[in-house]
Amino acid sequence: MQNLWLIPAFPFAGFLINGIIGRRLPKIATNIIAVGSVLLAFAWALKAIFALGDLNTPYVEHYFTWIRSGEFHVDYEFVLDRLTAIMLLIVTGIGSLIHIYATGYMAHEEGYPRFFAYLNLFMFFMLTLVLAGNYLLLFVGWEGVGLCSYLLIGFYFLKKSATTAGNKAFIVNRIGDFGFSLAIFLIVVNFGSLNFGMVFSAAPGKSEATLTAIALLLLVGACGKSAQFPLYVWLPDAMEGPTPVSALIHAATMVTAGVYVIARSSVIYTHAPAAMEVVAVIGLFTAVFAATIGLVQNDIKKVFAYSTVSQLGYMFLGVGVGAFSSGIYHLMTHAFFKALLFLGAGSVIHACSGEQDMREMGGLRSKIPITFYTLMCGALAISGFPLLSGFYSKDAILLAAHHHAPWMYWVGVITAGMTAFYVFRAMFMTFFGKYRGHHHPHESPPSMWIPLVVLAFLSVVGGYFFKVPAILGTMFPTLEEGEDVALMAISVAAGLIGIGIAYFLYVVRPGLADNLASRLGGLYTLVYNKYFVDEIYAAAVVNPLISGSRTVLWKGVDAGLIDGIVNGVGSQSKGLGGWLKLLQSGNIRSYATWVVFGSVVVILAMGIAGHGMFSGAAR
Amino acid sequence: MTDHLLSIVLCTPLVGLLVLLVIPSENRSLLRIWANVAAFAGFLVSLPLVFRFNSSASGFQFVERADWIPSLGVHYAIGIDGISLLLVMLSTVIGLIAVLCSWVSVETRVKGYYAMFLLLQVGIIGVFVSLDAFLFYVFWELVLIPMYFIIGLWGGPRRLYAAIKFFLFTLVGSVLMLLGLLALYYLHLQQFGYYSFEISELMKLNLPLATQQWIFWALFFGFAVKVPMFPLHTWLPDAHVEAPTGGSVVLASVMLKMGTYGFMRFSLPLLPQASADRMIVQIIAVLSIIAILYGALVSLVQQDWKKLVAYSSVSHMGFCTLGIFALNANGLVGSVIQQVSHGITTGLLFLLVGMVYERRHTREIGNFGGLAQVMPKFAVAFAIAMFASAGLPLLSGFVGEFTILQGAFQANRTWAVWAVFGVVLAAAYLLWLYQRTMLGKITHDENRLLRDLSWREGAVLLPLIAWTFWIGIYPKPYFDILAKPVAEIVARTHK
Repeated sequence: MQNLWLIPAFPFAGFLINGIIGRRLPKIATNIIAVGSVLLAFAWALKAIFALGDLNTPYVEHYFTWIRSGEFHVDYEFVLDRLTAIMLLIVTGIGSLIHIYATGYMAHEEGYPRFFAYLNLFMFFMLTLVLAGNYLLLFVGWEGVGLCSYLLIGFYFLKKSATTAGNKAFIVNRIGDFGFSLAIFLIVVNFGSLNFGMVFSAAPGKSEATLTAIALLLLVGACGKSAQFPLYVWLPDAMEGPTPVSALIHAATMVTAGVYVIARSSVIYTHAPAAMEVVAVIGLFTAVFAATIGLVQNDIKKVFAYSTVSQLGYMFLGVGVGAFSSGIYHLMTHAFFKALLFLGAGSVIHACSGEQDMREMGGLRSKIPITFYTLMCGALAISGFPLLSGFYSKDAILLAAHHHAPWMYWVGVITAGMTAFYVFRAMFMTFFGKYRGHHHPHESPPSMWIPLVVLAFLSVVGGYFFKVPAILGTMFPTLEEGEDVALMAISVAAGLIGIGIAYFLYVVRPGLADNLASRLGGLYTLVYNKYFVDEIYAAAVVNPLISGSRTVLWKGVDAGLIDGIVNGVGSQSKGLGGWLKLLQSGNIRSYATWVVFGSVVVILAMGIAGHGMFSGAAR
Repeated sequence: MTDHLLSIVLCTPLVGLLVLLVIPSENRSLLRIWANVAAFAGFLVSLPLVFRFNSSASGFQFVERADWIPSLGVHYAIGIDGISLLLVMLSTVIGLIAVLCSWVSVETRVKGYYAMFLLLQVGIIGVFVSLDAFLFYVFWELVLIPMYFIIGLWGGPRRLYAAIKFFLFTLVGSVLMLLGLLALYYLHLQQFGYYSFEISELMKLNLPLATQQWIFWALFFGFAVKVPMFPLHTWLPDAHVEAPTGGSVVLASVMLKMGTYGFMRFSLPLLPQASADRMIVQIIAVLSIIAILYGALVSLVQQDWKKLVAYSSVSHMGFCTLGIFALNANGLVGSVIQQVSHGITTGLLFLLVGMVYERRHTREIGNFGGLAQVMPKFAVAFAIAMFASAGLPLLSGFVGEFTILQGAFQANRTWAVWAVFGVVLAAAYLLWLYQRTMLGKITHDENRLLRDLSWREGAVLLPLIAWTFWIGIYPKPYFDILAKPVAEIVARTHK
């Protein structure tokens, strides 16, 4: 018994302590509890993984039954296999670094213990999600991380934009959960169980139609959680949350849950090729779509937010073309470099006293050098610079995409070029040229830059050291794909070209970009305004729903039609008002009494009429 | 069982009421204390039911039977199965909380108020334990009177309108229900040659489908008004808005379940073919789905905090009726769990609204905003109630809704698809309410000095909060308790 339950239990204890008595604790105690609990979870995960050896067969821990209805039951059960092991280490490892960072970043904020309580609660649910041994327990974690995301996006609850963004995240995710729930029902009906082991061993025997339906419904859920088109709209707004939250929840961990679920359900997906195709197409479309928006954003966090949407699209492309291990590979490297980019952005924002607009930055290279150099590692990694972490994982995905359909590869390559462009555009606008703002930028404290250095190290060498496809080779079907140097070179070149163009536009010839933008006119406006998707949703869905509910349903049907009929029937005899007068005249009591005992009289009367009062054969 | 435990549970509030009546009206504090003692005693005596209930036995337990009006075949027959056990427990807990929460809010005619609540309690428990249709009907009507007065005498400005609307809707329903029960009674006489209102006797009836259908619709109106099902729900928002907090809590948490209980105890077992009739099932399922979506959408646009919660009840009760008419184990078990859960969560929401109303004397959502700053404990309690109501896992609402939807999905996939939309909308109207009342900056100066929860208010809320977590985290005992009775009902409808 490895007591896997302890892994989420540590941060949960942290949540309880900081949540209940945090306000009465000194800051240092809050820090020790918050960070310590996650470090303990990390340590315990490591201990369990090493104790269990090669993990070629899933290790299951069963605690107790949660729901039982007839033969069907759902248990509290955790499973540890290689996929879970990787996820556990990412979540607790990156989680620890971000918790440490947050102790510095949040030092001067109101509600400090509340922040860490939420953050620990998030860890609890995220770890439940990756350890869950069945779909329903996974759904507990899934909804729980959504709850924490809501709480943390709206952390600055005095700001209306923050609380609105929180609502939006929760509700859009609920739309995704609509699909997830139906997938669960469909699994129960067809498999009689939600247990991963049972479902996956029986899946190959089920009809392709059923499996396709399940896979597509799961995909709806995954699109919500992992911010894929058309449900991605909540993620950019989620940047209202404090930056460590953006790094942990909205870049490194929670938003990858959709990819995790698809990889976890690989048995279902591989038997539903049509659904796989949909996953790949949605992923690819989201990747390129979000990347174009990222090209023109001026808020540093928004750039990285769209970048996250885009990179998640890459992961979907990976799992969609059957390269599950490559998808997870990219999930891991992305966790390294995107957490780094966000934390670095946080450090920049911190240095500029809260400024997020890159037009108000510039020239920060010399003022905050540690942030600059670490961030540069992340930027190169995401651009697919040779031998850095992003290079390996992106290459694996693109190669698999080419194997599946060459056009997907080419779209992916173009996206890679755009990725390199917008990331370096952000780098150049922030760190190069002259400082354009009005603050006095200063380097962040060690609690913030030490995590940056660790993440920079991982972004550089993580892809080489942790060869996920090799680790997961036994879990997923391997694709027979040869190394193709030409394809690799093309994607690397795309990245370098992207960097080059950004350098030209923002360092060599600054001003040219604005010129170009005004020349593009309508197209630029369209992209700058994110294709007006939010506005379209508001006009097509939200507003009609609200105004229809108000005028048609409430005022129309409820007050007008139903009550109209009721009052109308009343007025035929006396009307509600008439009754009112009658009752107000002091007859309430006698009337009410009459009703009850009158009923008795009715029975008696019917008895007499029917059979004579006592003539019936009373028993 | 010969120790009359169930009769004691039934009579404790009645004894409390009789003692209350001899306390002089001027002695308010003694009245208050006594009413609370009586309600607490009512809860305490119901506890042994749980400990001594045998969930592996089939049929009714704690049965007591005596002739009442032998010539008419009317019996004092009471007993409970798993379904009624849960509803009785819900009633005694909610009854206690409703009395407790009225400590300071009711200042006029204190004696009458508490008397009404204790009488109400007798009626409600009676409905859930009756095994005789006549006895059931007496208790059913008995509930109507005190609730009418609670709304009409201690309610808000439009209390008379609301009380009469409540009364008329329920009355019309009850009369039709009575006709249905009488029809069964006479048909029983025809088939067996003797009078009996006992449910176990009526179950022996063998009726042609057409007759069953007629009787089904007669009963339907009685039950559907109480639930309330669309389109018979319009009394509910008015009644809730005008009722005092304690009244709203009992009304929403317990009284609505009389309707769903009626379906489970009478319609399904006594009229199994009609209940399983394709058309009837289809109509009720569609009405339930309309209630789910309609209630949610109308909640979305309410400007009155309490009215919003009232409409959300319509939506949540739609899940309960949908589960019942899924006619399978998951649907019915889920429905009962959802009924209990709705009792807890909606009770919480009404209690919370009431607490705010006592401070501010308004329920207009626009008058609030930013309350989380001045009332942090309140904000936490409200958040928990909200998420429980919205069906977040590890809270009670999820277990009920999930099981119902699973059952609905097994019965008809389209139903489930529509009903799941209701879950999406629930998040929308609740979160939006929370944002507008709790979050943001304080926009009205009157709200700046609101005090946070008192210990007494905390004591009212905590048991319900603990209960919603219990059901959410470890609902297995509930599934165990419900397995047998639900299996019996399902077996009857599938004959």
